[in-house]
Amino acid sequence: MRYLPKSPADREAMLKAIGLRSVDDLFAQIPAEYRLSRDLKIPRQMAESEIVDFFRQRSRENGEGHASFLGAGAYAHYRPVIIDSLISRGEFLTAYTPYQAEISQGTLQSIFEFQSMICELTGMEVANASMYDGSTAAAEAVMMAVRLTGRRSVVVARSLHPEYREVLATYATHQGMPLSVMGFGNDGRLNLHELEKSITAETACVLIQSPNFFGTIEDVAAIADVAHKNGAMLVVSIAEAVSLGIVEPPREADVIAMEAQSFGVPLGFGGPYCGVIATREKFVRQMPGRLAGQTVDKQGRRGFVLTLATREQHIRREKATSNICTNQALVALMVNIFMTVYGKVGLKELAKQNLAKAAYASAQFAKQANVLFGSAPRFNEFVVQTSEDPIAINSRLLEHKIVGGLPLKKFYPELGNAALWCCTELTTRTAIDTAVARVAESGRSDRSTREEVAEVTR
Amino acid sequence: MKHVTRKASLQVNQNEGLIFEKSSAGKAAWKLPPLDVPEVDTAKLLGASERKELGNMPEVSEIEIIRHFTRLSTWNYAIDLGMYPLGSCTMKYNPRVNEAVARVEGIANGHPYQPEKISQGALRILKTLSEQLIEITGMDAITMQPAAGAHGEMTGLLMVRAYHQSQGNARKKILIPDSAHGTNPATAAMVNYAVENLKSDSRGMVDIAALATQMSEDVAALMLTNPNTLGVFEQDIHKIADILHAKGGLLYMDGANMNALVGKVRPGDFGVDVMHLNLHKTFSTPHGGGGPGSGPVAIKKSLEPFLPTPVVTTKADGTLAFDYNRPQSVGRVRAFYGNFGMFVRALAYIQANGPDGLRQTTEDAVLNANYIRKGLEGTYDLPYSTPTMHEVVFSDKLQAKKGVRTMDIAKRLIDYGFHPYTTAFPLIVPGALMIEPTESESKEEMDLFIEAMKSVAEEVEEDPQTVLEAPHSTRVSRLDETAAARKPVLRWKPPV
Repeated sequence: MRYLPKSPADREAMLKAIGLRSVDDLFAQIPAEYRLSRDLKIPRQMAESEIVDFFRQRSRENGEGHASFLGAGAYAHYRPVIIDSLISRGEFLTAYTPYQAEISQGTLQSIFEFQSMICELTGMEVANASMYDGSTAAAEAVMMAVRLTGRRSVVVARSLHPEYREVLATYATHQGMPLSVMGFGNDGRLNLHELEKSITAETACVLIQSPNFFGTIEDVAAIADVAHKNGAMLVVSIAEAVSLGIVEPPREADVIAMEAQSFGVPLGFGGPYCGVIATREKFVRQMPGRLAGQTVDKQGRRGFVLTLATREQHIRREKATSNICTNQALVALMVNIFMTVYGKVGLKELAKQNLAKAAYASAQFAKQANVLFGSAPRFNEFVVQTSEDPIAINSRLLEHKIVGGLPLKKFYPELGNAALWCCTELTTRTAIDTAVARVAESGRSDRSTREEVAEVTR
Repeated sequence: MKHVTRKASLQVNQNEGLIFEKSSAGKAAWKLPPLDVPEVDTAKLLGASERKELGNMPEVSEIEIIRHFTRLSTWNYAIDLGMYPLGSCTMKYNPRVNEAVARVEGIANGHPYQPEKISQGALRILKTLSEQLIEITGMDAITMQPAAGAHGEMTGLLMVRAYHQSQGNARKKILIPDSAHGTNPATAAMVNYAVENLKSDSRGMVDIAALATQMSEDVAALMLTNPNTLGVFEQDIHKIADILHAKGGLLYMDGANMNALVGKVRPGDFGVDVMHLNLHKTFSTPHGGGGPGSGPVAIKKSLEPFLPTPVVTTKADGTLAFDYNRPQSVGRVRAFYGNFGMFVRALAYIQANGPDGLRQTTEDAVLNANYIRKGLEGTYDLPYSTPTMHEVVFSDKLQAKKGVRTMDIAKRLIDYGFHPYTTAFPLIVPGALMIEPTESESKEEMDLFIEAMKSVAEEVEEDPQTVLEAPHSTRVSRLDETAAARKPVLRWKPPV
């Protein structure tokens, strides 16, 4: 086996040194009746070339070469080449969690820079080293608010990513945390009246997403007012990190739970991604996850360590703030490199291009269909309502190697024939025009049907 | 250094500040293509939501970024540099073909919501890996959704709870041996189960008599790591399972140490009802400085209705699809389908090994641990003489007489060119040195390790101060962790 650095003679010599006759003696402590006396039923050893062929074949069956208008929590942005060059260095790729600080300063300093940049972008005072993803970060942020307020019930926006809501429900069920869901208004934003009615003295926090699932930017200040007036915390989920380049961050929030996938992380069929929690300094001791902090060594030189570990499972066991151990370190490094590449000016310009593409696309769609929630500002996603089922439109688009917007019937049946469309800096005007033309076909066929019906009635 | 090490020598490395300290206005590492749609008036589109400035984000050029992170990387130890004997962490070789295939276009760029018709490749990978992990564990079904081991534990216990609820009683507590990982009790608390500690016996195994006494209809499950954190296989595993099952309880296995079992014995065959795997341990996906991981949960038939949604199914026409209609499911534990990129790597690893390679891997991992045990026995105290599987746990009892503790020995090992072993865990061994070489180490590398450990032991006798002040060869010496925690500095701020 090519990964094993031993010759048969080495194994012989080692067994002899241990004082054993055969390898089987090493497994003598396993009761004989449980030992496997056959080969595992898995395919034979494959050559490297065969493995590469296998995955190339799977790649061809997996939408290779399609343009896409899908967003909804997973965004196609350009990934600068140096991200993969740098994260492929074995010293990053094949290192463990930096518990031994003296030989992990590279990882530790990079986490410290990551935390610093997340703070700059979110307007928060502290950020952790990462969480699994945006959905679990949101659930953990809510549990954090529950610990901080000593209250148990949670108010959740229906405009929060539906799968994030599902994850929160899973986490909340057995914690005895009642959830209530708040609807959205005609502008796609959280319904403030409904919020005022549903928030109570038992509400630990209000959880919203901004830009929300429809791409619409919430009135965070107004929502924060209602939450804070009632002694509840405001947790804001950010699923499209690129929005932070041009959209004011939710500074009024108490906790921000972010998905940083947009910052240089491949779509990868849904993961691994990079969750992050950011908050106020005063709440840091209730924050889950690892934290890197600055300190000095015995000679007074600057260095970094994992710190405030008394929050964590390996110290506090059942009293820990969370059970999280392994996080998304290498993905956080991708995010860190991405943020460094674009920086102060580039992120803004990048976000502007996203905004411009989505503005053009939504205006074009509006000529052929009903673009919902137009009265509130939005970033790079928008909802298009059509007369025809969007699944039918999408299957026409697939013939052009274009993946249309996400049909919303499964998540929001009340919106009828609606789909969520996303444009990023990678979306071309040609693809937009092609997509709009296919939607127009449904408009035409629909109109002609109506005309026929009208003629018959006449 | 009194004792010369054959493993490493000193090398100059580069100093490097924080990226913010290199920033100055006007430098850039990015270039966007010209916009092919009309420019927009941001103020008009966004109104009060428009962001005016991005604080202290850096402005640097590409070569500076390359040098910055390359310099940082040289301050890390890594498997690629040498043996990384962290017990319980399974720091094995991370094959590079895994990285190559994870970056093939349709796999790296697949969107989780793209139509199933053009997702057959990803679904096939999910299904193939699931089936192979089921065969390897001897279980009946699996979910790939959990993002890491601890997340898998949570998912597993949610299924345990759902199972008991369906039997009419969710039950109240989880039994956890005192040798367990910290994630086990933390997870039980997250799903609102009380934790009851279970003592180990003089062999370092579950105390069967204590288990029989503590087992009741209130116990939902026992969370057992097997081999346990001492590297010892629970010989009485069948009795353990019987005691639990007789009172309707379930046996949960923490699969952190599955590297000792693959191809030799299957948990499903010895009575386990639920278990998680760590793809970043046993199945070679890289640790990446702390993640990403992946923590699939394999289960017996009786728990299948409770799997998180969605699950992969085969349609009548042979194509694959996601099934969301699972009324008894515990729900979702993560958006989308899990850390898919890790599935690709784990599957490539299994393919490269085949049945014979996986078996040989396990045999070599156990052989290596026993070789180290033999080499260091006598030099370091071995608190449990029970046979060792994939890892061996010594204690610092002999060295403590000179005031040198496990952490000091670990730090001194750094000067010899090795990453330390796991210190002060498991909790049942005071001053533990927990060593897991994995199968990836050659005889030569382990001989160097044994030599280094013996040399440190000699230093403890002759010159304990050198060991107490170690490491001496690193960029920074021991860092002030107390100060870091007392006055936390968790982000960079511009100098005032």
